Amino acid sequence: MLARADAARIAAALPPPGKRPHARRLRGPETGLLMLRGRMGGTGAPFNLGETTVTRCTLRLDDGLVGHATILGRDADHAELAAFADALLQHPDFAAPLAETLIAPLAAAQAEARAAIAARAAATRVAFFTLQTMRG
Amino acid sequence: MAYVAVKGGERAIDAAHAWRAEARRGDPAIPALSTGQIAGQLGRAVERVMAEASLHDPELAALAIRQAEGDLIEAAFLLRAFRTTLPRFGAALPLETGRMAVRRRISAIFKDVPGGQILGPTTDYTHRLLDFSLLDDPPPPPAPRAEDPPGPMPRVATLLEAEGLLRPEPPGEAPPFDITREPLAHPAPRDARLQGLARGDEGFLLGMGYSTQRGYGGSHPFAGEIRMGAVTVEIIPDELGFPIDIGEIVLTECQMVNQFHGSRTEPASFTAGYGLAFGQADRRAMAMALLDRAMQAAELGEAVTAPAQNPEFVLAHADNIEATGFVEHLKLPHYVDFQSEAEAVRRLRAAARAEAAE
Repeated sequence: MLARADAARIAAALPPPGKRPHARRLRGPETGLLMLRGRMGGTGAPFNLGETTVTRCTLRLDDGLVGHATILGRDADHAELAAFADALLQHPDFAAPLAETLIAPLAAAQAEARAAIAARAAATRVAFFTLQTMRG
Repeated sequence: MAYVAVKGGERAIDAAHAWRAEARRGDPAIPALSTGQIAGQLGRAVERVMAEASLHDPELAALAIRQAEGDLIEAAFLLRAFRTTLPRFGAALPLETGRMAVRRRISAIFKDVPGGQILGPTTDYTHRLLDFSLLDDPPPPPAPRAEDPPGPMPRVATLLEAEGLLRPEPPGEAPPFDITREPLAHPAPRDARLQGLARGDEGFLLGMGYSTQRGYGGSHPFAGEIRMGAVTVEIIPDELGFPIDIGEIVLTECQMVNQFHGSRTEPASFTAGYGLAFGQADRRAMAMALLDRAMQAAELGEAVTAPAQNPEFVLAHADNIEATGFVEHLKLPHYVDFQSEAEAVRRLRAAARAEAAE
């Protein structure tokens, strides 16, 4: 869910710098390639379709919690913010509030976006009523 | 024949590049294109460049298109070259197109296919008339929405397999052949062929696929199913050890269903060809599926008579970046080469003249 969000939205929901644990980068943020695979016939053995850019980041909070994120694309800020949010979501003081201010709204927004696309798709469903009647 | 390195001409090359940059920008009185505009409004071009570069990154593909002034092969070349600058972190889990958030799904063989025929944002039923209203850039009316969401959409292939009419896809989880890492030997396995087709030039795939329909290795195809939509990308990071969702990409998948007459050992059934492409790309996915099926000829015991059935021919010529490199390198100086050939021809002509004079 964090990977699908945009960086600004995550940044806005995180506690301000003075009121959150300090984090140290363990790896990245770094951009590289991820091979995407399909399946032969959609269900069979895998084959290589082509690569995508991904950016990953791992960081550790002062109290030892480790956050990790990998996102599609090359937005280093997004990967780092997502990794930071991942660490905070494991933190007893921050997990519950962050679930409410970040994860719940993200889930709702992403579900809404999916539903909006599904509704447009549903409107293009072909109905063969006439043909069925003629045949029947 | 070979290209021999030459020196000199730096000033001329700099001037040529400067002119190119000026020409690329065009009339300064007209606003410059942004990569956001290209990615957002020339989506089919962006998807084609990503496919042929074999790198999914809409922003960079848009940049490449802008830099290449809309020359999509040049853009794919730029993006393919950029790809070589990045380390590979690993591979994603296979994309499960059966769990696609379907935007489009049609079957040309089952009118009442379970889950229904969903046209999606298609151009199939437009009249291909130029829309002059677009010159004025009017905001489009909102697309209609229907309340009842589409239900489950079982694969057409699965329905045919259940009836025994289609040879089931052999399962497997072995890491696939990677044509970017291992030299391709022939006969190439199907996973290598699909990878080669996935990055092949769309025009080449289309022409070769079309050749099978015109009788050069024909196998009577039907579009069993075409589906397009967003598919979740999942990885298992080493540090976590369980799969995580890292986002989604839009794919088009095509399953062609082809006649097969059976053999002494097998009852008659249909066979399938498979195509998968980044973005909304019916033409690419369909052409790929036609060629995937055509290239199974030898494995199915069919006579291999046509170019499309010959994986070595198809795969060696499908990559437009290799092709353009080899064709266009002829523009580079071949002075020494040509001089030696010219010397030889002059010698032969002189010898022939001398012989005629005797």
